[in-house]
Amino acid sequence: MPSAWPLTCLSKRTPGSGPGASVSGKERAQRQAVSSDQIEQLHRRFKQLSGDQPTIRKENFNNVPDLELNPIRSKIVRAFFDNRNLRKGPSGLADEINFEDFLTIMSYFQPIDIAMDPEQVELCRKEKLRFLFHMYDSDSDGRITLEEYRNVVEELLSGNPHIEKESARSIADGAMMEAASVCVGHMADLPRCCGGPVRPVAVIPWGGPELPCAPLPLTA
Amino acid sequence: MLHVALLLLRLPLVGAGATEEPTQEPRAPGDPPPGLALFRWQWHEVEAPYLVALWILLASLAKIVFHLSRKVTSLVPESCLLILLGLVLGGIVLAVAKKAEYQLEPGTFFLFLLPPIVLDSGYFMPSRLFFDNLGAILTYAVVGTLWNAFTTGIALWGLQQAGLVAPRVQAGLLDFLLFGSLISAVDPVAVLAVFEEVHVNETLFIIVFGESLLNDAVTVVLYKVCNSFVEMGSANVQASDYLKGIASLFVVSLGGAAVGLVFAFLLALTTRFTKRVRIIEPLLVFLLAYAAYLTAEMASLSAILAVTMCGLGCKKYVEANISHKSRTAVKYTMKTLASCAETVIFMLLGISAVDSSKWAWDSGLVLGTLFYILFFRALGVVLQTWVLNQFRLVPLDKIDQVVMSYGGLRGAVAFALVILLDRTKVPAKDYFVATTIVVVFFTVIVQGLTIKPLVKWLKVKRSEHHKPTLNQELHEHTFDHILAAVEDVVGHHGYHYWRDRWEQFDKKYLSQLLMRRSAYRIRDQIWDVYYRLNIRDAISFVDQGGHVLSSTGLTLPSMPSRNSVAETSVTNLLRESGSGACLDLQVIDTVRSGRDREDAVMHHLLCGGLYKPRRRYKASCSRHFISEDARERQDKEVFQQNMKRRLESFKSTKHNICFTKSKLRPRKAGHRKKDGVANTETTYGKPPRDLGFQDAAAVVLTMESEEEEESDSSETEKEDDEGIIFVARATNEVLQEGKVSGSLEVCPSPRIIPPSPTCAEKELPWKSGQRDLAVYVSSETTKIVPVDMQKGWNQSISSLESLASPPCTQAPTITRLPPHPLVAEEPQTPLHQFSDPRPSFTFPPSLAKAGRSRSESSAEIPQQQELQPLMGHKDLTHLSPGAANRRWHIQFNRSGQL
Repeated sequence: MPSAWPLTCLSKRTPGSGPGASVSGKERAQRQAVSSDQIEQLHRRFKQLSGDQPTIRKENFNNVPDLELNPIRSKIVRAFFDNRNLRKGPSGLADEINFEDFLTIMSYFQPIDIAMDPEQVELCRKEKLRFLFHMYDSDSDGRITLEEYRNVVEELLSGNPHIEKESARSIADGAMMEAASVCVGHMADLPRCCGGPVRPVAVIPWGGPELPCAPLPLTA
Repeated sequence: MLHVALLLLRLPLVGAGATEEPTQEPRAPGDPPPGLALFRWQWHEVEAPYLVALWILLASLAKIVFHLSRKVTSLVPESCLLILLGLVLGGIVLAVAKKAEYQLEPGTFFLFLLPPIVLDSGYFMPSRLFFDNLGAILTYAVVGTLWNAFTTGIALWGLQQAGLVAPRVQAGLLDFLLFGSLISAVDPVAVLAVFEEVHVNETLFIIVFGESLLNDAVTVVLYKVCNSFVEMGSANVQASDYLKGIASLFVVSLGGAAVGLVFAFLLALTTRFTKRVRIIEPLLVFLLAYAAYLTAEMASLSAILAVTMCGLGCKKYVEANISHKSRTAVKYTMKTLASCAETVIFMLLGISAVDSSKWAWDSGLVLGTLFYILFFRALGVVLQTWVLNQFRLVPLDKIDQVVMSYGGLRGAVAFALVILLDRTKVPAKDYFVATTIVVVFFTVIVQGLTIKPLVKWLKVKRSEHHKPTLNQELHEHTFDHILAAVEDVVGHHGYHYWRDRWEQFDKKYLSQLLMRRSAYRIRDQIWDVYYRLNIRDAISFVDQGGHVLSSTGLTLPSMPSRNSVAETSVTNLLRESGSGACLDLQVIDTVRSGRDREDAVMHHLLCGGLYKPRRRYKASCSRHFISEDARERQDKEVFQQNMKRRLESFKSTKHNICFTKSKLRPRKAGHRKKDGVANTETTYGKPPRDLGFQDAAAVVLTMESEEEEESDSSETEKEDDEGIIFVARATNEVLQEGKVSGSLEVCPSPRIIPPSPTCAEKELPWKSGQRDLAVYVSSETTKIVPVDMQKGWNQSISSLESLASPPCTQAPTITRLPPHPLVAEEPQTPLHQFSDPRPSFTFPPSLAKAGRSRSESSAEIPQQQELQPLMGHKDLTHLSPGAANRRWHIQFNRSGQL
């Protein structure tokens, strides 16, 4: 049953514009027609999470009991505070987010509308992918390194106590090999990273070939 | 074909004719009655099973004949061919026996032919896909079927009222509703038969197919309700009967599903305890599923739903519990039975149509029905899709709707149901039979024939056959968790929320209860995919290895696959290096021309890469037990080997690639660094090192001679992973062994025990030349561009690892060696039969750039040096003499060769 959050409403800002930037009037009208009650609903939830404060801190997420069993819980919560996702900066974490930021994060999960033109769809998908990429790329250097990938896999598998870390590692290694075999042509094409010692080498660079995956909530 | 058919057909008939005399004859003499008879003919005793076997045999032979020509089967669906064959056979039977025989009996159909097909489809149903689309499937199955049944029935009744149906057809509204209910259901057998050959995308397939399976409950209820209403007579139907009818819809469908789930539970639980009696595992699967079917049938619940749910529910646990062999057995038996049943159904459908005594023709009714079922199906699909699209994340577009409307095939279920009608209660039965036959034939033959061109013409998204990749699996899991988490955060209990809950519950209780402990432990989807990929890689490696070594000519087995870069996978990766290995061997051949060498290499390759049959298996011929799974063990061993190899290669790549590369292709090094991707070489700047060059080389040389065997063995072991770098790795390993460097902690895989050298190796003089050969090889293979590509990422990984482990010194070579490789490469090339294969590949422009001209490259070396101070400081601390030693040693060899 395809029923991810139909957040058709939420404003989608172009990357780079600040949190306060607004969408064009037409777009907003288009979206807001569907949305106001959803935004209200989200606002209620936001208040519930924050305990009637204007902002949410990381600790507030501890109050969501259903989240506890999620193996990649920490990564997901982190994504809510990631400046890249909030479009507030190239890296770093925000201490707290307000409702607008909350909506920004939620807007990553908007479904693809039938009415969208292909360009918008493409943009939307890219945003979703970017969100995922940022989650993997924990040091926000624009690359997912093997170490980072291993972390993700370890967390993914942490739900199963019988799988050792070692296996998680080798799975990450295997996945990396696979990814490398797809990405290698593009890796050579990346513009040179100049200035200072570059930290671990990129293996899945952003802007490389499409990751072998379906975009975020598109899998109905 | 006709010959075969005739022969087979005549056999039973002739047999039947011949029965009389032989059975009579022994008795005629009248002596000791049964006594000793040399020859007795007992056709009647075996007739029934014999005929069944013959029919199945005939159907299978027909299948073989159809598939002799690829052209025919690609154009015409098998179901059409079978129906046509059935028609022909029916005609022959009719002509020979003067009466129609061998009909599709509803009893046979429902009790024996249908269950295997449904079980097969339920068991192998992609459950994730099914549940993801459950909403759409249920809508189409329930609302769609009801809609089709009522609209068709009422429209036909209207047609009759309008006088377009001949007055001979005595039927009221209820009769038409009954007919509508049986004719409206999309048939799983027909859909499966046609759609399996069309290969539309998975979502479309699962929606149409899922609908055809789930609508059975609705069909059964409607049919039964209408049937009983007809039998009661419309005057006697009370209002409460309508309510009962609606209630029975729920009872039948939910009851059927519940029966299926109960049996699925039982089945899973039973297979948990079959460890010592593996042999009955496949049987259990079939027995319990069949029991589910019969139980549901007995309680007049939806039997199809029961078996579907049983198959769907038990699969996960059963697959985890039963042995590998049993899994294969279950799979093949199921497929065989299903395809057998399907074949027989279609053939019998054709045969049954010939029997003119059963049907009566009315053009108005037939044409009207045909039109209405097509029209209302299309209308229903469009309306429902419109509603569904309001909720679906991925809307179904117009093309999908066309295919869904057109794919609503009717089949044997409708036919069997119409045959079941009671002629005394439904006077128009013969007309209905005729209409059903026409509808079934029309949908299966006409629509079946045209759906493929239609799909092509509409450019419907086809299903892509790609192997599962590890990344895909990982990302999908991440998606699931993210979506579930977002729903949690938002406090919205949607699909993902419930799926997540279910998975938790399953993991916590169900799996623990229903799975063997050993199976439960390692049960994880990601791990499964990884495991499968590993096995596949191992197998393909073994294949490759065998191929490479057995070919005497210059064969590049993997070359064609290199053409598309996008197609690369882990396997291809291995294959690439397989080609490298292949070239190596050619080099070896030209230099040493030694068959012995090849043998030795083969020996080590097999030793290192293959499963070692260490134990002898006890010969067991018990009927009740199969000896322990050799195959499984073998798999495991291959898997472990492969794992080890991979880890080893990871461990080693982090040290080695860099130097191979920088030495041979300084120009590339510069280029890479510019990319900012592979910055390895720049991190190893340590020019003052080169003073120790000679000494270090000497040291390593002695080591080398001691460890020669080992270097050789590890070389062969790893050939599959990297063709280029094995010498370096070998020494690297030596070093690592010697000093237990910190790098081991990164991938602490157990070392593979080096195989003992072959006798030839011990004695033969060329043994001493090995290390120099190895360098030779490594220099040669680097020229192959695909390997270069591979190197690119190897390198990146290597530098990645460099954080945790001592990197090798890089800079000295770069500063000292620049002209060497350039000179070295040129004279070498003509020595070997193969030319640089580079031009034959197509590469993305980025790669083409990598193979830039040499003049450019030399210009880049200074540039690179400039950057080194920038990068170098970081790794100075990591520098270890061991790593340096390896370096020198290689250089030494290199110059020695020159």
